[in-house]
Amino acid sequence: MIELDKVCKTFYLGDQSVHALDSVSLHINQGEYISVMGPSGSGKSTLLNMLGLLDQIDSGRYCLDTVDTTTLSEPERAATRSEKIGFVFQAYHLIPRLSARENIELPMMLVGVPPKERRHLAEQAMTRLGIADRADHLPRQLSGGQRQRVALARAIVRRPKLLLADEPTGNLDSRSGAEVIDLIEELNSEGITLLVVTHDPQLGSRAHRKITMVDGRIASDSSGE
Amino acid sequence: MRSWDLVLFSLQSLIRYRFRSAMVLLAIGLGVAAVVVLTALGDGARRYVMDEFSFLGKDILAVLPGRNETTGGLPPVTGVAARDITLDEAYLLKQRLPAVLDVAPMVVGSAEVSYQDRAREVLVLGSTGSLLDIRQLSLAQGRNFTASDIRDSSEECLIGETLRDELFGASAKVIGENLRIADYRCHVIGVLAGRGDAMGTDLSDAVLIPVAAAQRIFNTQGLFRLVVRLAPGLSVERSTALILAAMTQFHQGEEDVTVVSPDAMLSSFDQVLGVMTLGVGLIASVSLLVAGVLVMNIALISVGQRTDEIGLLKALGASTAQVAKIFLLESVISSFIGAALGLLLALIILILATQILPGLTLRPPLWAPLVAVGIAIAAGLVFAWLPVKKATALAPIQALQKG
Ligand SMILES: Nc1ncnc2c1ncn2[C@@H]1O[C@H](COP(=O)(O)OP(=O)(O)O)[C@@H](O)[C@H]1O
Ligand SMILES: [Mg+2]
Repeated sequence: MIELDKVCKTFYLGDQSVHALDSVSLHINQGEYISVMGPSGSGKSTLLNMLGLLDQIDSGRYCLDTVDTTTLSEPERAATRSEKIGFVFQAYHLIPRLSARENIELPMMLVGVPPKERRHLAEQAMTRLGIADRADHLPRQLSGGQRQRVALARAIVRRPKLLLADEPTGNLDSRSGAEVIDLIEELNSEGITLLVVTHDPQLGSRAHRKITMVDGRIASDSSGE
Repeated sequence: MRSWDLVLFSLQSLIRYRFRSAMVLLAIGLGVAAVVVLTALGDGARRYVMDEFSFLGKDILAVLPGRNETTGGLPPVTGVAARDITLDEAYLLKQRLPAVLDVAPMVVGSAEVSYQDRAREVLVLGSTGSLLDIRQLSLAQGRNFTASDIRDSSEECLIGETLRDELFGASAKVIGENLRIADYRCHVIGVLAGRGDAMGTDLSDAVLIPVAAAQRIFNTQGLFRLVVRLAPGLSVERSTALILAAMTQFHQGEEDVTVVSPDAMLSSFDQVLGVMTLGVGLIASVSLLVAGVLVMNIALISVGQRTDEIGLLKALGASTAQVAKIFLLESVISSFIGAALGLLLALIILILATQILPGLTLRPPLWAPLVAVGIAIAAGLVFAWLPVKKATALAPIQALQKG
């Protein structure tokens, strides 16, 4: 499903250059559950951002569903994000002025899903993630765990094939963190391809495939074991 | 994205970022109101002046001593005072020129008018019975002067209604009563109706006496001006030339009078005041632009604050064009609401102003609100465009991490 071939991404800060991704090649099949670990600054987030089409790679090839993403135009990349990719961030990134329901409806609103259908799908996602009673709350009225569930609902409401989670439990206590991970794993068991960046070795070891990154390279990949 | 969702999303952010929206609405609203109110004042002033002068018919000319009084040219370098226009000349003009149907000579001054123990300082206008015809003045009581001789100085007078009320109070008998104007005695033969003619003078508080009598009271040979009614047939230009030639001949070849046609006066007034209104409108439009700059600052701050929102929308699948559309629409909607509030404010101000200045019709020229609203929306668009363009150019993750 995903094919990375010698992907590079370099950031320039002043006259210093950082090879955040240094010729990374990776093959991921539909329905895999992968954890990405590694020291801070090793390029884990950069890898996820590239997979999520949130930034452009400098060189190499990234094929998603046999489509070479480097050849896509900006609107096509946006459409691909909308249709195939769900993202969960450490910092939730909910829009503070919108209620939980409105935040969850946002991706559907952007593609013009009619309000009634939107509402129904959002209700479904919220019920599933156990936040149905918080539908009309603003993000600041929610706990961290609840916010991350709203963000998760928003990420999956369009039924993407690929769910990318960048330290989704980084801001949560271990209990609500575990709950969020349970939910994510449940989604994976239903077929969604899952990549989770985490610092927690225990969480990381729950994945079927474990990737470790160091200095922008893949240092180990358990699929090869 | 459905249009209705687009509008709702924009409205929602306007409502939920209250302070910022209030600032935008205030800036745009005041700008638009300024344009509309100022141009309405300018245009109201223009219309007021036009109305004041429009009583003068197309067939009326004024002959003034001195050259080029109305064009504001410098007096002759020789320092020689312009020669008077005399009563004889007025008489001759009417006698000799077929183009001149009638002439009303005018002498103006102020003097104390007394009746029994009441006295009042008023405008004294010396003229003839022709004045009432030429200026289309009507009488509330009594009759006009009847003497056919322009030099007549019979002891008669016409008074305005205000003067009548001041001097005679409730007393019914006015016609035939004796008045004293300085040391000239006369009896009232009629009362002018209403405010009389305008031209800056209110004839309701004035007394009208034969021109020869006025010359004696004010001890002058010269006339303030002649008001001439033209005979039909000749063009105003031709008649003006004929009158000017005759006056020059009377003055031994010296062209030292000015003939003014109210028509020319009106159109130059109209022009000047029209330009003034336009100028005021321009100034006000500048204030609207200033409002636009304010909007830009607010847009800069808000887009800066909401760069993460832009990144998020992109991460959720919005294209750059879609994000730009969302933010620009928000700006246009706020400009539009601001402009509407501004128009409302202008309307209220104009209604209040009309109550304070009843003489003035305060209506902005049609272009003013259109231009104001147009500039407001254009400014909203242009000034929101810059920061939005900047923010949307970032990769989604970069925008997201800025917040
Ligand atoms: N936008 C950026 N500009 C400059 N350097 C960046 C940027 N994003 C990431 N980096 C650098 O790239 C490297 C990898 O970053 P990241 O992928 O965030 O690491 P991780 O998520 O593993 O901690 C780091 O050295 C980081 O400083
Ligand atoms: Mg990271």
